Amino acid sequence: MTIIYTVVALSAIGTLAAVILYFVARKFKVYEDPRIDQVEEALPGANCGGCGYAGCRAFAEACVKENELSSLFCPVGGNDCMGGVADILGLEAVKKDPRVAVVRCNGTCEHRPKTNHFDGAPSCAVAASLYSGDTGCQYGCLGCGDCVTDCDFDAIHMNPETGLPEVDDEKCVACGACVEACPKTLIELRKKGPKNRRIYVSCRNEDKGGVAKKSCEVACIGCSKCFKVCPFDAITMNNNLAYINSDKCKLCRKCVVECPTNAIIEENFPPRKIKADLPPKPAPKTETVVKTEAGTEKSNKPDNIEK
Amino acid sequence: MLKTFKLGGVHPAENKLSADKAIEKLPLPKSVFIPIAQHIGAPAQALVKKGDSVKVGQLIAKSGGFVSANIHSSVSGTVKKVDLALDSSGYPKQGVFIDVVGDEWETGINTSSQLFEKFEVDSQAIIDKINEAGIVGLGGATFPTHVKLVPPGGMKAEMLLINGVECEPYLTSDHRVMLERGAELLVGIRLLMTALKVNKAYIGIENNKPDAIENLKKLIASDSSIAIVPLKVKYPQGGEKQLIKAVTGREVPSGALPISVGAVVSNVGTALAVYEAVQKNKPLIERVVTITGKSVEKPSNFLVRIGTPVQELIDAAGGLPEDTGKIISGGPMMGKAIASTDIPVTKGTSGILLMPEPESKRKKMKNCIRCSRCVTVCPMGLEPYYLMTVSDKQLWEKAEASKIMDCIECGSCSYTCPADRPLLDYIRLGKGKVGKIMRARKQ
Repeated sequence: MTIIYTVVALSAIGTLAAVILYFVARKFKVYEDPRIDQVEEALPGANCGGCGYAGCRAFAEACVKENELSSLFCPVGGNDCMGGVADILGLEAVKKDPRVAVVRCNGTCEHRPKTNHFDGAPSCAVAASLYSGDTGCQYGCLGCGDCVTDCDFDAIHMNPETGLPEVDDEKCVACGACVEACPKTLIELRKKGPKNRRIYVSCRNEDKGGVAKKSCEVACIGCSKCFKVCPFDAITMNNNLAYINSDKCKLCRKCVVECPTNAIIEENFPPRKIKADLPPKPAPKTETVVKTEAGTEKSNKPDNIEK
Repeated sequence: MLKTFKLGGVHPAENKLSADKAIEKLPLPKSVFIPIAQHIGAPAQALVKKGDSVKVGQLIAKSGGFVSANIHSSVSGTVKKVDLALDSSGYPKQGVFIDVVGDEWETGINTSSQLFEKFEVDSQAIIDKINEAGIVGLGGATFPTHVKLVPPGGMKAEMLLINGVECEPYLTSDHRVMLERGAELLVGIRLLMTALKVNKAYIGIENNKPDAIENLKKLIASDSSIAIVPLKVKYPQGGEKQLIKAVTGREVPSGALPISVGAVVSNVGTALAVYEAVQKNKPLIERVVTITGKSVEKPSNFLVRIGTPVQELIDAAGGLPEDTGKIISGGPMMGKAIASTDIPVTKGTSGILLMPEPESKRKKMKNCIRCSRCVTVCPMGLEPYYLMTVSDKQLWEKAEASKIMDCIECGSCSYTCPADRPLLDYIRLGKGKVGKIMRARKQ
């Protein structure tokens, strides 16, 4: 008998609560644009923050709120994903070139001898707050792997042989977490390039040529040779450092051969023909061209390098 | 019962190996590198250029603002170049390279060892003289002294505290100053009192320096305006806030300056520099530096010209011991390992410690076992384990709310951690970040 009373009483309470809840839910219902859910569904769901928003939901809300998608882009999903989002919202997607993270330091243990040993907390941020680094180069990779720790996609790893991080092109989604993590601002998001072919200056050393070369064999010494040889104005020189603009670069590879320290790196290109192995090609031709603009500079620079 | 501060603190092995070594003059180096930023605040502006000849005591870099300090040449010779070079900050900094030729002093500087006890200068004249001489806090923080002597609007100093604690293990430079140059030191203290317009000064000295206490007591004799306060040995008693608490019992509120409780704290080395600047017209061009270490042949206290490479000190102390694992600028608790022996002695270098290999090596970091020893020893009442975690996770708001900026970076937490966690490393990192955020917010 008691059992029956109990069951009846509890069922009655349950039903009553359900009825109240039903009306309360009706009354206080918050309207949410159903498209937010749809957009979120279309996104990769990595919640990496690469778009600049706090996760995919926030990005979806922003997409729905905006009238156009020019300032919104999901680097993980890329053009396909943004196309899907645009379809849902009836807007036009802006196509962007896929990008990838590149590490602009080639100071391997071989190229860049260690001058001391870092014994502190295993974090680049900590090391950078304490001193310039365990080699003569104050701009180079510290090798503690903050970029690896911060990568959500398992796309960057330390190579124990070189002591430098290496990016896995396939896995990298260009979310920019490693760019943020690197206290030396070595990592840059660059255009992935056709067939993943890229050319970039793998150095951030702003010291004068002699100083830079002393601390690292493959440092950019600011000789401007690449700057002068580039037919597309893609290279700029700033603070003794060359920088290649990936939007202007046509991947002609002239600068790669010209660089006296091999600081310019080409990736995923087929092997060169033997011709390229020859040391500095007909230099006089380029020299005469530039002399009109920067005659004095030109005559000084090569001497410096010789020393 | 001896006085001390209440909260936290540790007592590392004292290892004052050079305590009985008299101050010696280090022979002049062949060349010096004098950084133009040796103090907290704006860097000074270099006044010399390549090829200039300079004399000892000549102004070579002019103070770059109110919170800044003049830099004087510590040697005579010719300026080789004005360029970047590594200093104890770990990064290349602008400075003046001088090749030493002879030892010719600027006229007007009294180089005799005579004691000038009498003075008839007023407060402003003393402060101006200190400013001119480029004097900064020689305890290690290198805060420009003239700034300290001008309390911000509305605040009034009640007393001067002289820091003769030297709580860092190994270091003995302040100890030797109190022992050998006590009379000059007292004149310096009286000058500082005049500058601050206070009539009471306390000298806090830890009880492990009975000879220094004895010596100063004898020199003070019947002068009731200066009192010696012997303190119980406890690290970090030399911290400004800890010293104020220990001597006066007053507590400096979080984020406030010592002047808010009426105190101005100065190091004994600073007081001596003030004496030399005002009474002998000598700018801050040399300081006492301890060079020590368990394997060092001759641990010593040297009077060193600013800009002398650390290598010269090491050579004078019998060379670099073979088992050296780390060369530390400063003491073992707060000092910083340096990456090269070309780094110069600057105004803030109180000692050079050559630590042997096994001892200097950091142990592998293990997991936090929640023993809360770091909380117990923190002299600022913080929670170091928590601050480390939030700094590591980059939760800067939480770090700020947990008073990360109150940390005095004494290292007691890292010293005491049974799991060998690098607590201070991360806290210092967080402090830097939070400080930057707070400054940006103010603008």
